[in-house]
Amino acid sequence: MGDVTILKIGNNIIVPIQTELHDNAARELQTEILRRIERTGVKGLLIDVSAVNIVDSFLGRLLVETAKMVRLMGTETVLVGMKKEVVLTLIQLGLKMQDLHTALNIEDGLALLETMVSNRFLQGRSHAKFKTE
Amino acid sequence: MPNSRQNSESFEIMISNFEDIILARQKVKFLMGEMCFSLLAQTRIVTAVSELARNMVTHAGQGKMTLFQVDGKRKTRGLKCIFEDKGPGIQNIDEAMQEGFSTANSLGLGLGGAKKLCNEFKIESVPGKGTSISIIEWL
Ligand SMILES: Nc1ncnc2c1ncn2[C@@H]1O[C@H](COP(=O)(O)OP(=O)(O)O)[C@@H](O)[C@H]1O
Ligand SMILES: [Mg+2]
Repeated sequence: MGDVTILKIGNNIIVPIQTELHDNAARELQTEILRRIERTGVKGLLIDVSAVNIVDSFLGRLLVETAKMVRLMGTETVLVGMKKEVVLTLIQLGLKMQDLHTALNIEDGLALLETMVSNRFLQGRSHAKFKTE
Repeated sequence: MPNSRQNSESFEIMISNFEDIILARQKVKFLMGEMCFSLLAQTRIVTAVSELARNMVTHAGQGKMTLFQVDGKRKTRGLKCIFEDKGPGIQNIDEAMQEGFSTANSLGLGLGGAKKLCNEFKIESVPGKGTSISIIEWL
């Protein structure tokens, strides 16, 4: 799975990307994240990209798709720590990342995840109620 | 490219797999750091390099990146990166440059994006012969 450590802390999985990932390593990391979520059933995924210097269209797409996939598994994603140069470059490149929730740092990211997960839980409950009435 | 003269030293990197793309990026980042480009310029150019190097691997199988410093008008210096491959070439360059056009079912942001991320962009391609793309970023 390359050099990326996946940490489980409480009800979240935290993935700090510390190295430059080539395409296959990035794909393997995605698979490993999905596997870990399936196994642990955590409700939150936090990806820390504060050490990432380059996000091109390949890695950008992979991040967006990972968030979509884990959402189908009932897990919310927050991306934290994206450098401002990377943000500006991605905008210029034309990559659409609006589906991806972001936060400044891990602390803010965990707080955001908590709200997202509880909102989703409440939404789920109101849907259930609607159906039974 | 107009108004540019090549300096003596150049670097060639053969690019045939995904690890080579990382090496190409690291080399360009290192050179740009030495030339005192801003962090934003480095980020934009290395991203463009990543897109163009990946295109050689995925669309042409392999290729070569050549890097050298160029002198422009009024004592400005720049970094020029040339990407050459002997792949299938591009049938319709205008179409390939468009955002969202891809023959590989990927995002189709690479060519158009790379052009937006650098100061000068030149593309030549002969179907059946190969593709050559050069970009320049001025200090
Ligand atoms: N070096 C190349 N050799 C042959 N075809 C290329 C090359 N680079 C780009 N192309 C063609 O141009 C299209 C657009 O490239 P790009 O914008 O990078 O999008 P993507 O790589 O996602 O398909 C590619 O799908 C491919 O058909
Ligand atoms: Mg491409």
